[in-house]
Amino acid sequence: MKRILPHPLLAAIILILWLILQQSAGLGHLLLGSLIAVGVSLAASAILPERVRIRRPLKFAQLMAVAGLDIIRSNLAVMMVLFHPRPAPKAGFIEMQLELKSETGLAILAVLLTATPGSAWLEYDRERSTVLIHVFDLVDADEWVRTVKQRYEALLLEIFP
Amino acid sequence: MIDDLPLWLSILVSIMVVLGALLTMAGCFGLVRLKSFYLRIHSPTMGTSMGGGLILLASAIYFTITRERLVLHELVIFLFVTLTTPVTLMLLARATLFRDRVEGNEGVPRRQAKKEPESPGPIV
Repeated sequence: MKRILPHPLLAAIILILWLILQQSAGLGHLLLGSLIAVGVSLAASAILPERVRIRRPLKFAQLMAVAGLDIIRSNLAVMMVLFHPRPAPKAGFIEMQLELKSETGLAILAVLLTATPGSAWLEYDRERSTVLIHVFDLVDADEWVRTVKQRYEALLLEIFP
Repeated sequence: MIDDLPLWLSILVSIMVVLGALLTMAGCFGLVRLKSFYLRIHSPTMGTSMGGGLILLASAIYFTITRERLVLHELVIFLFVTLTTPVTLMLLARATLFRDRVEGNEGVPRRQAKKEPESPGPIV
Protein backbone atom coordinates (compact mmCIF):
# COMPACT_ATOMS: atom_id res chain seq x y z
CA MET A 1 0.00 0.00 0.00
CA LYS A 2 2.76 2.39 0.98
CA ARG A 3 4.65 1.68 -2.23
CA ILE A 4 1.76 2.38 -4.57
CA LEU A 5 0.41 5.30 -2.56
CA PRO A 6 3.23 7.16 -0.80
CA HIS A 7 1.12 10.31 -0.29
CA PRO A 8 -2.54 9.38 0.20
CA LEU A 9 -3.57 12.91 1.18
CA LEU A 10 -2.05 14.42 -1.96
CA ALA A 11 -3.65 11.69 -4.11
CA ALA A 12 -7.07 12.38 -2.57
CA ILE A 13 -6.75 16.12 -3.21
CA ILE A 14 -5.71 15.53 -6.84
CA LEU A 15 -8.66 13.17 -7.39
CA ILE A 16 -11.13 15.69 -5.93
CA LEU A 17 -9.69 18.50 -8.06
CA TRP A 18 -9.94 16.28 -11.14
CA LEU A 19 -13.58 15.47 -10.47
CA ILE A 20 -14.39 19.15 -9.88
CA LEU A 21 -12.73 20.11 -13.16
CA GLN A 22 -14.60 17.36 -15.03
CA GLN A 23 -17.88 18.38 -13.39
CA SER A 24 -18.86 14.76 -12.95
CA ALA A 25 -18.28 11.76 -10.71
CA GLY A 26 -18.95 9.11 -13.36
CA LEU A 27 -17.08 5.82 -13.31
CA GLY A 28 -14.82 6.79 -16.23
CA HIS A 29 -13.76 10.06 -14.63
CA LEU A 30 -13.29 8.31 -11.30
CA LEU A 31 -10.98 5.69 -12.85
CA LEU A 32 -8.92 8.14 -14.90
CA GLY A 33 -8.73 10.52 -11.93
CA SER A 34 -7.50 7.77 -9.61
CA LEU A 35 -4.86 6.77 -12.15
CA ILE A 36 -3.61 10.36 -12.36
CA ALA A 37 -3.74 10.77 -8.58
CA VAL A 38 -1.63 7.66 -7.99
CA GLY A 39 0.83 8.71 -10.71
CA VAL A 40 1.20 12.21 -9.27
CA SER A 41 1.67 10.97 -5.71
CA LEU A 42 4.35 8.54 -6.92
CA ALA A 43 6.11 11.35 -8.78
CA ALA A 44 5.82 13.63 -5.76
CA SER A 45 7.54 11.14 -3.47
CA ALA A 46 10.79 12.16 -5.17
CA ILE A 47 10.49 15.71 -3.82
CA LEU A 48 8.36 15.21 -0.71
CA PRO A 49 10.50 13.15 1.63
CA GLU A 50 8.12 12.67 4.54
CA ARG A 51 4.52 11.56 4.46
CA VAL A 52 2.19 14.43 5.30
CA ARG A 53 -0.41 13.60 7.90
CA ILE A 54 -2.94 15.89 9.47
CA ARG A 55 -3.32 14.59 12.99
CA ARG A 56 -6.10 16.86 14.15
CA PRO A 57 -8.50 17.63 11.28
CA LEU A 58 -10.74 19.75 13.50
CA LYS A 59 -7.80 21.89 14.59
CA PHE A 60 -6.89 22.27 10.92
CA ALA A 61 -10.39 23.53 10.16
CA GLN A 62 -10.10 25.93 13.10
CA LEU A 63 -6.77 27.20 11.75
CA MET A 64 -8.31 27.84 8.32
CA ALA A 65 -11.25 29.70 9.89
CA VAL A 66 -8.94 31.87 12.01
CA ALA A 67 -6.74 32.60 9.01
CA GLY A 68 -9.74 33.41 6.83
CA LEU A 69 -11.04 35.96 9.33
CA ASP A 70 -7.58 37.50 9.70
CA ILE A 71 -7.20 37.75 5.92
CA ILE A 72 -10.54 39.59 5.63
CA ARG A 73 -9.62 41.99 8.47
CA SER A 74 -6.17 42.63 7.03
CA ASN A 75 -7.59 43.25 3.54
CA LEU A 76 -9.93 45.94 4.84
CA ALA A 77 -7.19 47.52 6.97
CA VAL A 78 -4.72 47.68 4.07
CA MET A 79 -7.43 49.05 1.77
CA MET A 80 -8.11 51.88 4.24
CA VAL A 81 -4.41 52.77 4.26
CA LEU A 82 -4.19 52.67 0.45
CA PHE A 83 -7.23 54.88 -0.15
CA HIS A 84 -5.71 57.54 2.06
CA PRO A 85 -4.48 60.49 -0.06
CA ARG A 86 -0.92 60.01 1.20
CA PRO A 87 -0.45 56.44 2.31
CA ALA A 88 2.25 56.36 4.98
CA PRO A 89 2.12 53.00 6.73
CA LYS A 90 4.66 52.33 9.45
CA ALA A 91 6.27 49.32 7.84
CA GLY A 92 8.91 47.26 9.53
CA PHE A 93 10.80 44.02 9.61
CA ILE A 94 10.26 41.49 12.37
CA GLU A 95 12.54 38.63 13.17
CA MET A 96 10.74 36.02 15.21
CA GLN A 97 11.79 32.78 16.81
CA LEU A 98 9.73 29.73 15.85
CA GLU A 99 9.30 26.49 17.72
CA LEU A 100 7.66 24.86 14.73
CA LYS A 101 10.07 22.50 12.96
CA SER A 102 7.83 20.46 10.67
CA GLU A 103 8.40 21.28 6.99
CA THR A 104 4.72 21.10 6.13
CA GLY A 105 3.77 23.21 9.14
CA LEU A 106 6.29 25.88 8.14
CA ALA A 107 5.03 25.83 4.55
CA ILE A 108 1.44 26.32 5.70
CA LEU A 109 2.46 29.15 8.04
CA ALA A 110 4.37 30.81 5.19
CA VAL A 111 1.39 30.58 2.83
CA LEU A 112 -1.03 31.92 5.44
CA LEU A 113 1.17 34.85 6.48
CA THR A 114 1.89 35.75 2.88
CA ALA A 115 -1.74 35.46 1.80
CA THR A 116 -2.55 38.07 4.45
CA PRO A 117 -1.98 41.43 2.77
CA GLY A 118 -0.52 43.00 5.91
CA SER A 119 2.40 40.62 6.26
CA ALA A 120 4.91 38.83 4.05
CA TRP A 121 7.16 35.92 4.94
CA LEU A 122 10.62 36.75 3.60
CA GLU A 123 13.12 34.16 4.71
CA TYR A 124 13.46 31.31 7.14
CA ASP A 125 16.78 30.61 8.78
CA ARG A 126 16.98 26.89 9.41
CA GLU A 127 20.06 27.13 11.62
CA ARG A 128 18.59 29.47 14.18
CA SER A 129 14.95 28.64 13.31
CA THR A 130 13.99 32.28 12.99
CA VAL A 131 11.90 33.84 10.28
CA LEU A 132 12.10 37.33 8.82
CA ILE A 133 8.69 38.88 8.23
CA HIS A 134 7.85 42.23 6.70
CA VAL A 135 4.78 43.88 8.18
CA PHE A 136 2.85 46.56 6.29
CA ASP A 137 1.54 48.54 9.22
CA LEU A 138 3.51 47.73 12.32
CA VAL A 139 2.12 49.20 15.51
CA ASP A 140 3.61 47.00 18.22
CA ALA A 141 6.18 44.37 17.25
CA ASP A 142 5.93 42.32 20.46
CA GLU A 143 2.15 42.27 20.28
CA TRP A 144 2.37 41.13 16.67
CA VAL A 145 4.75 38.27 17.47
CA ARG A 146 2.53 37.20 20.35
CA THR A 147 -0.54 37.14 18.11
CA VAL A 148 1.14 34.97 15.48
CA LYS A 149 2.42 32.59 18.13
CA GLN A 150 -0.95 32.22 19.83
CA ARG A 151 -3.24 32.19 16.83
CA TYR A 152 -1.17 30.21 14.33
CA GLU A 153 1.89 28.54 15.74
CA ALA A 154 0.15 26.93 18.70
CA LEU A 155 -2.42 25.32 16.39
CA LEU A 156 0.19 24.23 13.87
CA LEU A 157 2.28 22.66 16.61
CA GLU A 158 -0.70 20.53 17.57
CA ILE A 159 -1.46 19.53 13.97
CA PHE A 160 2.14 18.81 12.94
CA PRO A 161 4.06 17.84 16.09
CA MET B 1 -30.15 34.43 -17.36
CA ILE B 2 -30.19 37.19 -14.75
CA ASP B 3 -34.03 36.81 -14.68
CA ASP B 4 -33.65 33.38 -13.08
CA LEU B 5 -32.00 34.95 -10.07
CA PRO B 6 -34.04 36.15 -7.10
CA LEU B 7 -33.60 39.84 -6.38
CA TRP B 8 -31.81 39.46 -3.04
CA LEU B 9 -29.34 37.03 -4.58
CA SER B 10 -28.54 39.27 -7.53
CA ILE B 11 -27.93 42.12 -5.08
CA LEU B 12 -25.62 39.90 -3.02
CA VAL B 13 -23.70 38.73 -6.09
CA SER B 14 -23.36 42.30 -7.36
CA ILE B 15 -22.08 43.55 -4.01
CA MET B 16 -19.50 40.76 -3.91
CA VAL B 17 -18.27 41.46 -7.44
CA VAL B 18 -18.02 45.21 -6.83
CA LEU B 19 -16.28 44.83 -3.46
CA GLY B 20 -13.87 42.29 -4.92
CA ALA B 21 -13.09 44.58 -7.84
CA LEU B 22 -12.63 47.50 -5.44
CA LEU B 23 -10.12 45.56 -3.34
CA THR B 24 -8.21 44.43 -6.41
CA MET B 25 -8.14 48.01 -7.68
CA ALA B 26 -6.87 49.28 -4.32
CA GLY B 27 -4.10 46.70 -4.57
CA CYS B 28 -3.17 47.87 -8.08
CA PHE B 29 -3.11 51.51 -6.92
CA GLY B 30 -0.87 50.47 -4.07
CA LEU B 31 1.52 48.85 -6.51
CA VAL B 32 1.90 52.22 -8.26
CA ARG B 33 1.79 54.60 -5.31
CA LEU B 34 3.74 52.98 -2.49
CA LYS B 35 7.28 54.16 -1.98
CA SER B 36 9.47 51.14 -1.29
CA PHE B 37 9.69 47.68 -2.80
CA TYR B 38 8.91 45.97 0.50
CA LEU B 39 5.68 47.94 0.79
CA ARG B 40 4.72 47.20 -2.79
CA ILE B 41 4.88 43.43 -2.33
CA HIS B 42 1.93 43.66 0.06
CA SER B 43 -0.63 45.34 -2.15
CA PRO B 44 -1.12 42.79 -4.98
CA THR B 45 -1.90 40.20 -2.30
CA MET B 46 -5.27 41.92 -1.84
CA GLY B 47 -6.23 40.96 -5.37
CA THR B 48 -5.16 37.37 -4.89
CA SER B 49 -6.73 36.85 -1.48
CA MET B 50 -10.00 38.63 -0.76
CA GLY B 51 -10.46 40.58 -4.01
CA GLY B 52 -10.18 37.56 -6.26
CA GLY B 53 -11.86 35.37 -3.67
CA LEU B 54 -15.01 37.50 -3.61
CA ILE B 55 -15.27 37.63 -7.41
CA LEU B 56 -14.78 33.86 -7.62
CA LEU B 57 -17.35 33.22 -4.88
CA ALA B 58 -19.86 35.46 -6.65
CA SER B 59 -19.23 33.55 -9.87
CA ALA B 60 -19.69 30.21 -8.13
CA ILE B 61 -23.00 31.31 -6.58
CA TYR B 62 -24.31 32.84 -9.81
CA PHE B 63 -23.57 29.84 -12.00
CA THR B 64 -24.71 27.33 -9.40
CA ILE B 65 -28.13 29.03 -9.32
CA THR B 66 -28.57 29.74 -13.03
CA ARG B 67 -27.25 26.37 -14.27
CA GLU B 68 -29.06 24.55 -11.48
CA ARG B 69 -26.05 22.41 -10.66
CA LEU B 70 -23.09 22.78 -8.35
CA VAL B 71 -20.30 24.76 -10.03
CA LEU B 72 -17.02 24.59 -8.13
CA HIS B 73 -14.38 25.47 -10.76
CA GLU B 74 -13.76 28.70 -8.88
CA LEU B 75 -12.58 26.79 -5.83
CA VAL B 76 -9.80 25.25 -7.91
CA ILE B 77 -8.74 28.65 -9.24
CA PHE B 78 -8.67 30.09 -5.71
CA LEU B 79 -6.62 27.16 -4.41
CA PHE B 80 -4.02 27.41 -7.15
CA VAL B 81 -3.71 31.20 -6.88
CA THR B 82 -3.36 31.02 -3.08
CA LEU B 83 -0.71 28.32 -3.29
CA THR B 84 1.39 29.96 -6.00
CA THR B 85 1.33 33.62 -4.91
CA PRO B 86 3.70 33.14 -1.93
CA VAL B 87 6.23 31.38 -4.16
CA THR B 88 6.64 34.33 -6.52
CA LEU B 89 6.42 36.82 -3.69
CA MET B 90 9.16 35.10 -1.72
CA LEU B 91 11.35 34.77 -4.80
CA LEU B 92 11.11 38.49 -5.57
CA ALA B 93 11.45 39.59 -1.94
CA ARG B 94 14.47 37.41 -1.24
CA ALA B 95 16.20 38.54 -4.43
CA THR B 96 15.70 42.17 -3.34
CA LEU B 97 16.81 41.41 0.20
CA PHE B 98 19.96 39.77 -1.11
CA ARG B 99 20.70 42.71 -3.37
CA ASP B 100 20.08 45.27 -0.61
CA ARG B 101 22.41 43.40 1.72
CA VAL B 102 25.16 43.11 -0.87
CA GLU B 103 24.89 46.79 -1.76
CA GLY B 104 24.73 47.67 1.93
CA ASN B 105 21.54 49.72 1.61
CA GLU B 106 19.88 51.32 4.62
CA GLY B 107 16.86 49.94 6.43
CA VAL B 108 17.41 46.26 5.74
CA PRO B 109 18.11 43.81 8.55
CA ARG B 110 21.57 42.33 8.33
CA ARG B 111 21.97 38.64 7.97
CA GLN B 112 22.97 37.35 11.40
CA ALA B 113 26.43 35.92 11.37
CA LYS B 114 26.67 32.19 11.80
CA LYS B 115 28.63 30.99 14.78
CA GLU B 116 31.77 32.95 14.16
CA PRO B 117 34.94 32.36 16.08
CA GLU B 118 35.69 34.99 18.73
CA SER B 119 37.58 37.87 17.26
CA PRO B 120 40.99 38.19 18.82
CA GLY B 121 40.44 41.85 19.64
CA PRO B 122 42.50 44.83 18.58
CA ILE B 123 46.20 44.32 18.37
CA VAL B 124 47.94 46.87 20.54
